[in-house]
Amino acid sequence: MKVEVKHRKNKLGIIGWIGGGRFGAERYAYALHRLTGLGILAYFLLHIFVTGSRIGGQQSWQNAVANFETPIFKFGEFLVFLAFAYHALNGLRLIITELGFMLGKAQRPVFPYVTSVHRQRPLFIGVMIVAAIIIIFGGADFYFI
Amino acid sequence: MSETSAPEVQSSDLKVIKNVTFEILRYSPEKDEAPKAQKFQVPVIKGMTVLDGLLWIKENLDASLAYRSSCRMGVCGSCGMFINGLPRLACNNQIIHLDADTITIKPLPNYNIIRDLVPDLEGFFDKHESIQPYMIREQVEELNNPTGEFFQSPDELVDYIQFAYCIKCGLCLSACPTVATDDNFIGPQALAQAYRYNVDSRDEGAKEREEELYSSHGVWRCHFAGACSDVCPKGVDPAFAIQLLKQNMFMQKLHVHKHKSATHIIPWATEHVPNEKIPQAPERTVK
Ligand code: SF4
Ligand code: FES
Repeated sequence: MKVEVKHRKNKLGIIGWIGGGRFGAERYAYALHRLTGLGILAYFLLHIFVTGSRIGGQQSWQNAVANFETPIFKFGEFLVFLAFAYHALNGLRLIITELGFMLGKAQRPVFPYVTSVHRQRPLFIGVMIVAAIIIIFGGADFYFI
Repeated sequence: MSETSAPEVQSSDLKVIKNVTFEILRYSPEKDEAPKAQKFQVPVIKGMTVLDGLLWIKENLDASLAYRSSCRMGVCGSCGMFINGLPRLACNNQIIHLDADTITIKPLPNYNIIRDLVPDLEGFFDKHESIQPYMIREQVEELNNPTGEFFQSPDELVDYIQFAYCIKCGLCLSACPTVATDDNFIGPQALAQAYRYNVDSRDEGAKEREEELYSSHGVWRCHFAGACSDVCPKGVDPAFAIQLLKQNMFMQKLHVHKHKSATHIIPWATEHVPNEKIPQAPERTVK
């Protein structure tokens, strides 16, 4: 006889993918990759909407563009650039690993275990350094040059 | 013949080193609306694992505490719990090594709670089953009534052996951020098992597993957060298997993937000369 049991739901939901907790750096990279992806998507929608205003003629285009010439939107634009730089470079790392590079070879598991996550870490660190350099130079270009 | 006697237990080994607070999330489906934490003071001796602590509580403080365990040596995969912020096996972690005065124990996240620290692993096993985790071969008759053994070289064994170490503890699904929001994601454990069989030189089932693996809830949902591999207690490295499945699919599309060398059947050894130095196995208890 099957006994009906009242189970308690314990799915982490959105907190589960955003919060990295005590897990490794790559899990934070995952959360940031998804967040920046969503941010870029939101930007594209706004972008299409704004450039679409060109259909309404010269005046409506100028009005639309004028709305975005505030410091807040300039910072927003910088955030888009930042998201793009991170997403593109981390995406490159994901493509490299998805093609099986930098992960090492299957082996007998001997404690202490060294996993593919450890083996690809130099790539991860390298990619993050390049992203940081691009973001710093981009930021300087946005605000100071 | 040299005789090995069991090492003597020193009284210093049994000395209480410190008292540790176990903060355990309790939930009883009959009584509670929501889980709530309960604290217990546990005296800790050298070598004591978190599971030993739970056993001590059950024997001395509260017999109603529910958790799963069996082998108490990291082999059966029953005692997965969320211990001090990470999914771990209770029997595989010594209290002293956790280096904390309070040990917070919750049931594994991403699974429904049956009671206290007992998660419902039914969906997890269903996912495991969905990828057909067994040898598939065209010669069905040979599989059912074998006339010999399928040959496999030691190198071919190394291709999959680490993935075969999975004890189905479910820690990896608890750690996975994709599982947290996507109920239908097959998950690191089952995907690793699919790779384990696909790459086995004796298996011919890769085509049959393809639809499940490359569906919208299959390998492409993984963005290599690596948390599954970080927490796996057996070095299975499921994230590795998932990336290799992606690589295989890509190579297949380019028609450049490595073909597995076909295995052949080697007849049973007909003559068996027992080694006298090896003692006879005891009588079977299950007939
Ligand atoms: S892959 Fe590792 S963590 Fe996941 S179920 Fe198997 S042994 Fe447990
Ligand atoms: S009791 Fe078997 S793995 Fe912990």
